Amino acid sequence: MSIKAKQNKKSEVDFEKLIETPEFKALVARKNRFITPYVILFMFFFFLLPILTGYTEVLNSNIIGLINGTWFYAWGLFIMTWVFSTIYTKKATSFDSEAEAIIDKYILK
Amino acid sequence: MSAITFIIFFGVIGATLYVTYWAAKRTSTASEFYTAGGNLTGWQNGLAIAGDYLSAASFLGIAGSISLNGFDGFYYSVGWLVAYLVVLFLIAEPLRNLGKYTMGDMIGSRFSAKKVRGAAALNTITIVIFYMIAQLVGAGALIKLLFGLDYTWAVILVGIMMSIYVLFGGMAATSWVQIIKAGLLMAGTIIISFLVLLKFDFSMVDMFDKMATSTAHGEAFLLSGILYQNPIELISVLIALLLGTAGLPHILMRFFTVKDAKTARSSVIYATWIIGIFYVLTIFLGFGAAAFVGSDNIIAENAAGNMAAPMLAAILGGEALESFVAAVAFATILAVVAGLVLSGASALAHDLYGEIIKKGKLTEKQQIAAARWAALAVAVFSIILALGSEKLNVAFLVSIAFCIAASANVPTLLFTIYWKRFNTTGAVTSMIVGLSVAIILVILGPNVMNTAEGKGFIDMAPIFPWTNPAIISVPAGFLAAIIGTLLSSRSSGEKNYAEVKFQAETGYRELEAESGGYNPHAH
Repeated sequence: MSIKAKQNKKSEVDFEKLIETPEFKALVARKNRFITPYVILFMFFFFLLPILTGYTEVLNSNIIGLINGTWFYAWGLFIMTWVFSTIYTKKATSFDSEAEAIIDKYILK
Repeated sequence: MSAITFIIFFGVIGATLYVTYWAAKRTSTASEFYTAGGNLTGWQNGLAIAGDYLSAASFLGIAGSISLNGFDGFYYSVGWLVAYLVVLFLIAEPLRNLGKYTMGDMIGSRFSAKKVRGAAALNTITIVIFYMIAQLVGAGALIKLLFGLDYTWAVILVGIMMSIYVLFGGMAATSWVQIIKAGLLMAGTIIISFLVLLKFDFSMVDMFDKMATSTAHGEAFLLSGILYQNPIELISVLIALLLGTAGLPHILMRFFTVKDAKTARSSVIYATWIIGIFYVLTIFLGFGAAAFVGSDNIIAENAAGNMAAPMLAAILGGEALESFVAAVAFATILAVVAGLVLSGASALAHDLYGEIIKKGKLTEKQQIAAARWAALAVAVFSIILALGSEKLNVAFLVSIAFCIAASANVPTLLFTIYWKRFNTTGAVTSMIVGLSVAIILVILGPNVMNTAEGKGFIDMAPIFPWTNPAIISVPAGFLAAIIGTLLSSRSSGEKNYAEVKFQAETGYRELEAESGGYNPHAH
């Protein structure tokens, strides 16, 4: 049953109690533990590029022909975006079923 | 205009108009008008997001900037792509879970005070206007170049076209125009890239070798530093690009056109692949233009390099390819401005008129009428502003829109979802401070105050040194949110954070929230 269908059931829901349930707390904790390192990582790698190109010359050396390190770093950021977004989608699907289980257990009963 | 130009150009435009006609017959409720009834699938919405994102600034602007500035032009591609990680990891799903049509809805789900919704609507309208003037100016220049039509008439023509799409077709038409356009744009870009690579026998090394000698910059063309000599200014631009995307109203609105958070998520994945591949290919557009058109010719046509891609198409594929690229660029501009008009109209009609003035008590028919009038108002207003802006730099206008989005919207969006203590005062302070700091610093900066001939409006040395103030205005927005919150107590009309948190994390919604005057099925 989709979440949408469940919404049609009117109920008095005590959200204060709900967010104190062990299942919800565990869900939020697991989400944060998963999301935070990725956000820190991609922010770090992203802003490292202008710092390296602006203040140092480490990326200036040529790697293949005249293609220098700056381009490889930038292409690396493209790959990072695709890999991280794929990982996120896989992981988020598992959060979906957990969220549904909480709604089933505490709201729809 | 030759027959082939005529056929290709009007074929593309005709196809999009037909889609509008088809969509118009299906648009009868406010939900259908604003969000295509929430019925788009993941890949459809992904293409539409890509379509919204790959605006004239992306297609014409990045190609031009790479052709003139080398790697510094490519920074836009990198920044705009990585920005999608911010959207995906932090914003997309909670936004989908809490909102309905607009960002104001989402923030309003926690803070029902009118001033919060009002401030959000004000930001949305400001961003939309800046973004739209940029697109209209670009469209005017393109039509002027292609058909020799006068700038004024070119802008008016584009304005009429976009109004038709939005007024009759609403979000369904706008979405489908975006989907078609994204497909055509990808096709055009892949063809040009293929032809460029063909010239180098499919050797990247050969291409880079050639680039080191074909511009006046020499090997420096392949490194950062041509456009941004000051790294702080570069970082400031990148902050605006990275965070601004997460605050752009017409991008955020895309997450309401799907049925649930799961589809919102999958559409972001499709979008990152399409946008990513496109941005990789911008290297070939830019390098090809630098090598085969030449920077002198590019600058002679348009000082900002905006016509590099169509000029490259003409050299590689003759008139047919040039017409195709021009038609796609035109459809791009039309589709993006249509999406912008729609998000501006939603802020005006739904947030300001519907929710604040009429307190959510409007019938379905009145909502649609209000939305159409608002769309017309936004369209006419920005056409008038665009008519007076011919000399403005398109990329500058777009970067200002991103900067305002990052400074004024993003702090409030993030704190609404993730900070328990956040309150009404914090939200309003953050939105107002972010907006005003960004705008004031732009006015004090070198884009407005400049002693050089033909640059800026005020003949004075700039008081603020950088063109893009994001490095100051984004922290200002966050600080204002924190200080405003800590110095005040909770005011009335604030929902329990527990409820917002639970809904944001799980996607659960109560029935009462669904029928709060805006449920199409309640009437």
